[in-house]
Amino acid sequence: MKRTRINSIEEFRQYQAACKAQAAAQNRKVLVCCGTGCVAGGSLKIFEELKKQIEAKGLKTQVLLAEGLEDDPNPEAITMKKSGCHGFCEMGPLVRIEPEGWLYTKCKLSDVEEIVDKTIVNGEFVDRLGYAKLGTLCKRQEDIPFYKLQTRRVLEHCGHIDAESIEEYLSIGGYSAMAKALFEMSSEEIINEVSDSGLRGRGGAGFPTGKKWSQVAANKDTPKYVVCNGDEGDPGAFMDRSCMEGDPNKVIEGMIVAGIATGSTEGYIYVRAEYPLAVSRLRNAIAQAEELGLIGDNILGSGKNFHMHINCGAGAFVCGEGSAMTASIEGNRGMPRTKPPRSVDKGLFNKPTCLNNVETFANIPDIINKGAAWFKSVGTETSSGTKAFALTGNVENTGLIEVPMGATMREVVYDIGGGIKNGKKFKAVQIGGPSGGCLTEEHLDLPMDFDSLKKVGAIIGSGGLVVMDETSCMVNIAKFFMGFICDESCGKCTPCREGTTRMLEILTRITEGKGKDGDIEELRSLAKMIQVSSLCGLGKTAPNPVLSTLQNFEEEYREHIYDKKCRTGTCRKLSHLVIDPELCIGCTKCARNCPVGAITGELRKPHVIDTDKCIKCGTCKDGCPKKAIKEA
Amino acid sequence: MEKFDLKVIDEILENYGCDKTRIISIMQDVQAVYRYLPAEVLKYIAGKVGISEAKIFGVATFYGNFSLDAKGKYVLKVCRGTACHVRRSDKILDAIYEATGTNEGKATSDDGLFTIETVSCLGACGLSPVVMVNDTVHPQMTPDKAKALITELRTKED
Repeated sequence: MKRTRINSIEEFRQYQAACKAQAAAQNRKVLVCCGTGCVAGGSLKIFEELKKQIEAKGLKTQVLLAEGLEDDPNPEAITMKKSGCHGFCEMGPLVRIEPEGWLYTKCKLSDVEEIVDKTIVNGEFVDRLGYAKLGTLCKRQEDIPFYKLQTRRVLEHCGHIDAESIEEYLSIGGYSAMAKALFEMSSEEIINEVSDSGLRGRGGAGFPTGKKWSQVAANKDTPKYVVCNGDEGDPGAFMDRSCMEGDPNKVIEGMIVAGIATGSTEGYIYVRAEYPLAVSRLRNAIAQAEELGLIGDNILGSGKNFHMHINCGAGAFVCGEGSAMTASIEGNRGMPRTKPPRSVDKGLFNKPTCLNNVETFANIPDIINKGAAWFKSVGTETSSGTKAFALTGNVENTGLIEVPMGATMREVVYDIGGGIKNGKKFKAVQIGGPSGGCLTEEHLDLPMDFDSLKKVGAIIGSGGLVVMDETSCMVNIAKFFMGFICDESCGKCTPCREGTTRMLEILTRITEGKGKDGDIEELRSLAKMIQVSSLCGLGKTAPNPVLSTLQNFEEEYREHIYDKKCRTGTCRKLSHLVIDPELCIGCTKCARNCPVGAITGELRKPHVIDTDKCIKCGTCKDGCPKKAIKEA
Repeated sequence: MEKFDLKVIDEILENYGCDKTRIISIMQDVQAVYRYLPAEVLKYIAGKVGISEAKIFGVATFYGNFSLDAKGKYVLKVCRGTACHVRRSDKILDAIYEATGTNEGKATSDDGLFTIETVSCLGACGLSPVVMVNDTVHPQMTPDKAKALITELRTKED
């Protein structure tokens, strides 16, 4: 059945009911994760192969129609869906089986036959594809510790619905919040509900969302705009990507509600160019919503209009800053400007603009549907609700998680993340990307919310959590972030452009064994200058990684500068490689691999490295079958 | 100007109604066709949408994704994000530079097949370290896997 325009609230309720009925009639469902991570693991091929092999058994399959509801749904057929990201990327490709709620991990093309034979035909679980931890098999996705300990609200449906069908979103009550905002609430009531919920911007700074909306609503200037910041540029963060890929309609619905509340009629989503799948899923969702008249003129016959546009970024990190983003949407160089005026007064095209992050908008439908009290039922007093984090680095379970605000780092890293990889020792967590700071062992029990983190010199930021073990050099990490900022500084203001370059020069010198007395003081003074005198948030927060590693790991800096030593062996110029004669079996592999001929020795006798010739490339160390080569 | 098909460019301009605020989208589509932004084409677009040549070059050179030089057939984006960094993406970059005969100052290989770029984060951190070849993400790379990937792409061309 082709989609037709819905002209009234009654028709909307009927269509939503039809979508629910269609979903309820699907008995056996196979959902293949088609998020960026699993696609990289070959999930699209697995999807096709599953379909082919199921049909080869004489069973019927059905996929959700691109054009609307199924005319003739067959309850016997096996429904095949391409879902969005489950957030458990390292265990992918993932296949979810319903109604049981089973999750198969690390699926390969060669596993398809067994899945079809055992599960589809006989309804049995394939043990070897299940997630097992310490010998305990978790059949259902909800039983896996990684998921069990989370509170998934924003990500509730990611991975559980077909991300390319608006009917799927409608079947779980989608667009009810928009209908409620259109027909049952005044603009003031919507804004009050959002204010009462205590929702704060999920993009980093934590500005109260309701307050922002009321400022835009109060502004008499027209037209007004709603802008969604999907320029998730922090290295190590991918919450917004998963959200846009897995449940794009939720973000769109949140934006429409913002439009209704603030009196804006145009919405822009700015997505980074590195997320092609998110762009295509959003385009698809917008096109389907337009067919149904959920976006456009006179939505559901309410007399209200809202149009959506997508803008792709072009690889400039600074465009995540509000005024740089609006400049970019206008077709200019994405450079920030001085504030005030703030974007609520003069934003996009110099008009009042309601600019929020993807996750912020994705929280809105639930707040409207379930109310502010429900939203506040989790989280802390000043930071209500949940927060999605991207857990990466040297941790056992990497992936996307969502926990109540105020959860501790220990819960996240150890209970959900499964602890440090390869039994190594925990050293630090870098939170909030290049604007954030690092937390150490003493902060493990600190609640993660906006205010507690600020007190210790870190920020939630967009929610990237990079876990580092004892082999990570903190000076090197600080240098890494400073290098990133230097690349991404737009160059408009001097403190950020020149200051970060000088800081990078000092850090590079330190990691190369040329650090000198006074460097630490120089870094601190430059940092302070950049913080107070930069134009935008990028510059103001740029020194944070250096300051926070200095605060927590000053000893390591001192070792680099005064002892010319890197305890982790990461800074190659500070270390030299030696062969342990006890372990070396004289296989000659290292001597053959060495690009500069620095290794000599007789066959089956311990080899030696000539440190004068050695360029410390590490090829010998990586290739040694006996791990006999070490940094010293 | 002969080597560029203006009809293609006109079509792209038409899609955006020659709107000067859509200049970034227009250049993205043009780059999708030529794999870079030829200077003559930029001048043509500036005239069509009614902005100065200085302005269009200013915008084109501001954004990291735009290239004014011809790119290779395969653009390899080596992720240098935090998660990839702590899992040693520097070694993967070195392996790719070596296998393609490129280096930090020379992004495109002599045979015009490969352009090597580094990106801040591809958002596939759960699978780090990653390399993106055109639009395909290759997960959990190692220097050996990276070299094999280059060989595979090269074989495809022979």
